[in-house]
Amino acid sequence: MKLSEEEIKHIADLANLELSTEELKKYGGQLSAILSYIDQLKEVDTSDIDSSEHASGLVNAWREDEVKNWPKDEIKLSLEQASDFEDGQIKVKKVL
Amino acid sequence: MNANELTIKQARELLDRGDLTAIELTQACLLRIKELDRHVKACLTVCSDEALEMAKAADERLKKGERTSLLGIPCLVKDILLTKGIKTTAASKMLENYIAPYDATVVKKIKEAGAIILGKTNLDEFAHGASTENSAYGPTHNPWDLTRVPGGSSGGSAAGVASNMCLFALGTDTGGSIRQPASFCGVCGMKPTYGLVSRFGLMSMTSSTDTVGVFAKTAEDTALVLQTISGKDEKDLTTSETKLKYDFQDSLKGIKIGLPKEYFIDELDGEVKKIVEEATEQLKNLGAEIIEISLPNTKYAVPAYYIITPSEVSSNLARFDGVGFGLSANHEEIKNIKEFYQKSRGLGFGPEAKRRIMLGTYALSAGYYDAYYIKAQKVRAKIKEEFIEAFKNVDIIITPTSPHVAFKIGEKVDDPLQMYLEDIFLSGVSLAGLPGFSIPAGFKNGLPVGVQLIGSKFNEAVLLNLAYNYQKITNWHLQKPQLSF
Repeated sequence: MKLSEEEIKHIADLANLELSTEELKKYGGQLSAILSYIDQLKEVDTSDIDSSEHASGLVNAWREDEVKNWPKDEIKLSLEQASDFEDGQIKVKKVL
Repeated sequence: MNANELTIKQARELLDRGDLTAIELTQACLLRIKELDRHVKACLTVCSDEALEMAKAADERLKKGERTSLLGIPCLVKDILLTKGIKTTAASKMLENYIAPYDATVVKKIKEAGAIILGKTNLDEFAHGASTENSAYGPTHNPWDLTRVPGGSSGGSAAGVASNMCLFALGTDTGGSIRQPASFCGVCGMKPTYGLVSRFGLMSMTSSTDTVGVFAKTAEDTALVLQTISGKDEKDLTTSETKLKYDFQDSLKGIKIGLPKEYFIDELDGEVKKIVEEATEQLKNLGAEIIEISLPNTKYAVPAYYIITPSEVSSNLARFDGVGFGLSANHEEIKNIKEFYQKSRGLGFGPEAKRRIMLGTYALSAGYYDAYYIKAQKVRAKIKEEFIEAFKNVDIIITPTSPHVAFKIGEKVDDPLQMYLEDIFLSGVSLAGLPGFSIPAGFKNGLPVGVQLIGSKFNEAVLLNLAYNYQKITNWHLQKPQLSF
């Protein structure tokens, strides 16, 4: 499986990653090599497997959707991690 | 003997008798870190002041007569587990200055038990790797040979225990990240069953295989720590009601051990093979029955893992967008929010994180999802079934942990596929959600070799008991690297 530079650019765009020209070239080769290796999965007959089953075997665990009080100091610490915040709110670039 | 060289069990007796204080023990560990860590680089953060505060509190609890397994015991914590008020970087530039507002459940549990956190250990960025070379802050060095890697991704935790900087360490294992460094550094490393230990406060990598586990000096110590951190957590609904219960017995009579032939392949180093065979022979002498078994889908574990992991990584790391926390690109010329995301992520993530995000984004994208992601999930189900079948006939499966001893720093860094193949004996266990315990079993040219004990779900006790019996008749786990500067 050989990925073209266009495909690599498209994937980077989907992933919201800015890549340098050098990175684009490097990842193109490396991802192609990894995908070629992964292609051996095709050899496995999986016709007997139901893909909807999760391998962990877990079933849904439910809990009440309740509002719980968050300690004030943790709220403060959380907000302080943002590069830009004002009046208890995080500021972002214009979206629209 | 210096206090930092003690096992938890030994220190426990001294602390409980009043022959040693938590402050003395903590100071001995901090001194060891100060002497060695310029060379080993196991720690990203050392929090001496906080540690000594915790030690003081532990001594007060001891004086009041409190007696619990980890009270006053110093440890190190992998820097991907959140610690309130102490930096958690995931060894990434993205989180260079990140301070978590709360503790991970495992951190909370060991703190409540009275353990003392000395610092945070190095890892491959976001736990992506098998050598600790993917850390944005430089590699950790193997204490047995500083020119070699300690393994990864929990390399700092393994190196910390191996060089007696602490009495135990917490690590995480998603596809081998506790077991492989435990093998490379000559310590015990337990990856528990998926669901035994809470993942709350562990930065998510592959949510369906992430586990938190233990590095320790002996099987007995491993059991003490694992018991403290296991159990149901309402903040992680994948945790089970099961709490670890163990009981050490003095015989292995009636225990059936499976040797899967697919793990004894050409790539396996001849001396490592011999060490696993010798360990098996000794277990037989202890009363265990050895049975040859077959796990034919073993070779598909790494390719399936390297679709499932990047897929989950690409989703889990989407939260790092420069908003709220983490590295934020703040250039005047940025025109729109898309460019802001791209720049923040381009600057913050290192090469392996980017590679995995790209691979996962591709595997999940329209037109490829069925061929890669769904196929890998089906292969995963087959691997899991195969283990379930095998455990109908045996109690434990024994394999080499790694096909070889620790490799040189830089040797595999430019070949991601070679690095992925480091997980060849480990990722199947992760995909199946089983417990895996790597214990020291010998040396090749002065470098440690581990064997992996695999159990059926929630059967950690059987692995611990087997390791306990093995460690009574061998001394591989007692050997320590000679380091002096």
